[in-house]
Amino acid sequence: MMLIAVAWRNIWRNKTRSLVILISVCLGLAAGIFNMAFYYGMVDQRIETVIKTEASHIQVHHPSYLANPEKVFKIDNAEQIAEQIEAIPGVKSVSKRIMLNTMIQSPTAGSGVRIMGIDPEKEKAVTNLYTKVIEGNYLDSGKRNPILIGKKLAEKLKVKLKSKVVITLQDMEGNMTAASFRVEGIYESANTTFDEMNVFVRSNDIAHVLLLDEKSAHEIAVLLNTNDQMLQVASLIAAKLPKLEVKNWRQIMPEMNLIESSLDITMFIFIIIILLALLFGIINTMLMAVLERAKELGMLMAIGMTKRKIFTMILLETVLLSLFGGLLGMGVGWMLNIYFSIYGIDISVWSEAYRSMGFDTMIYTKLSFGTSMQIALMIFATGIIAAIYPAMKALKLNPADALRIDM
Amino acid sequence: MKVIEVHQLSKIYNDSEVKVFALNGVDMIIEEGEFTAIVGPSGSGKTTFLNMIGGLDQPTSGEISIGGTDISRLSSSQLIDFRLHNIGFVFQAYNLIPVLTAKENVAFIMQLQNRPKEERESRTMELLKAVGLEGRENSRPNKLSGGQQQRVAVARALASKPKFVLADEPTANLDSKSTENLLEIMEELNRKENITFIFSTHDQRVVHKARRVITLEDGRIISDVRK
Repeated sequence: MMLIAVAWRNIWRNKTRSLVILISVCLGLAAGIFNMAFYYGMVDQRIETVIKTEASHIQVHHPSYLANPEKVFKIDNAEQIAEQIEAIPGVKSVSKRIMLNTMIQSPTAGSGVRIMGIDPEKEKAVTNLYTKVIEGNYLDSGKRNPILIGKKLAEKLKVKLKSKVVITLQDMEGNMTAASFRVEGIYESANTTFDEMNVFVRSNDIAHVLLLDEKSAHEIAVLLNTNDQMLQVASLIAAKLPKLEVKNWRQIMPEMNLIESSLDITMFIFIIIILLALLFGIINTMLMAVLERAKELGMLMAIGMTKRKIFTMILLETVLLSLFGGLLGMGVGWMLNIYFSIYGIDISVWSEAYRSMGFDTMIYTKLSFGTSMQIALMIFATGIIAAIYPAMKALKLNPADALRIDM
Repeated sequence: MKVIEVHQLSKIYNDSEVKVFALNGVDMIIEEGEFTAIVGPSGSGKTTFLNMIGGLDQPTSGEISIGGTDISRLSSSQLIDFRLHNIGFVFQAYNLIPVLTAKENVAFIMQLQNRPKEERESRTMELLKAVGLEGRENSRPNKLSGGQQQRVAVARALASKPKFVLADEPTANLDSKSTENLLEIMEELNRKENITFIFSTHDQRVVHKARRVITLEDGRIISDVRK
């Protein structure tokens, strides 16, 4: 206790120097925490988009469909299967989709797209597409052959609400056919590539054109209550449906997996760099503090303070200093984190490119308490490591030499 | 009772192949309750001698026995412990712990000795009273005059109940009034409580008060006068 009190007071002997190191620890850490929260928030939003808008948690296909997305690789009696899946615990909602890669044409332009035939009501329970409609309506107005297209595609095709577009396709019997749809709504998700590639129609409308049984589908998307249950539920579904292919979003979108894991590594390296810079800053400061106190430390040894106690005192000074700065930094970092998790950071000014990668340009920071605790531990460790060299230096002082300085 | 017994004490510094005899076969006995000044010109070996009997430096040859313990055979960590319990130090530049108050400086050494809190507190107040610093217990060293700081240092040196107090030029930085005052306090402690004091000094006032004066020159004792 006495040593802690002495160490704490020693820190404040040279206020400027201690404040400088305190502020640098604080700022370094606050920046580190904020940066982590920013990127974790960004990736988390991307995952959220992947799950809520694009892939859902789990998808069920005909075993050949993913490798070769042909309309013939369909799931028969998909409706019944969807009901089966819905009964599995942990499953929140299920939506079946008819999918088709084909051409869409407006009077002025054409584009290759993927048509998603959905049950608008069921889809609402699985994806949040309906919340992304920025103009017009979702597919639930009851009009004939409505189509929902992305903003990016609308710009490309130069179409507006109520414009007519034509879809050309080959039906299940092999005949070329075309159907016209009217733009009922325009949506905009966080992913411009997705917006350009995907159009949505009612499944019965497209089934009718395709001459496909309404009860069959190409894809069954499953939304779970939580992401944590994904592997468990996926294996349950796979066990129930041995003839179908069951994949989770990580398998469907391996690039997300890559981003997620590389983010962890990047953030780890980033924090290590910050801590290394702090480490040398602290070593430098404490070394100065020790050397300018050589006489005093010599005196302490002379009057009978053991080397172990002197070592502990220097260690405590360093650890208290870095811990104090570290906790302040955590505080500042967390405040920034909390503020921007509510109000968000708009990065659209700097980069529209993010959107084409599927990243939202409004970033809401996110950081787990566990991660912050890890960082706190790392600061603590940095403090101890930084203390060792100056404390060793203090032990090398010979009390007689240290005292002789001003004799 | 013998407090210090030094026998054939030598210290040789190997200064670039030339041997320098800082101490050359010194014999000396100091009895309990002595008030001794060690004098001599610069380079006479005063400081080396003080470092030796203070257990701050090891001799090249010879024996130093303090209260019956031969300290020349102790390891450096044993020496630290020995100093803590047996020797009180007063330094020329006061050398108090700047972040501690007068009271805490005195109590610190007893904390190192792991003495109980009540004893620390009562002894601290007793000692500060003895050196005339009642009312200044809570001042930090930078709020005290040189004389006051040196009196705190004396109180600190006595706090550990040492066998003797070693004072290295204790008055070198003090004005004459403070010197007078400090010497009076030390003399009184010596007389009333039979505390053994050993000074190294250039100061004639200290020499004047001392009851025994040992003069060193070229690492040897050239005179040893008891008054």
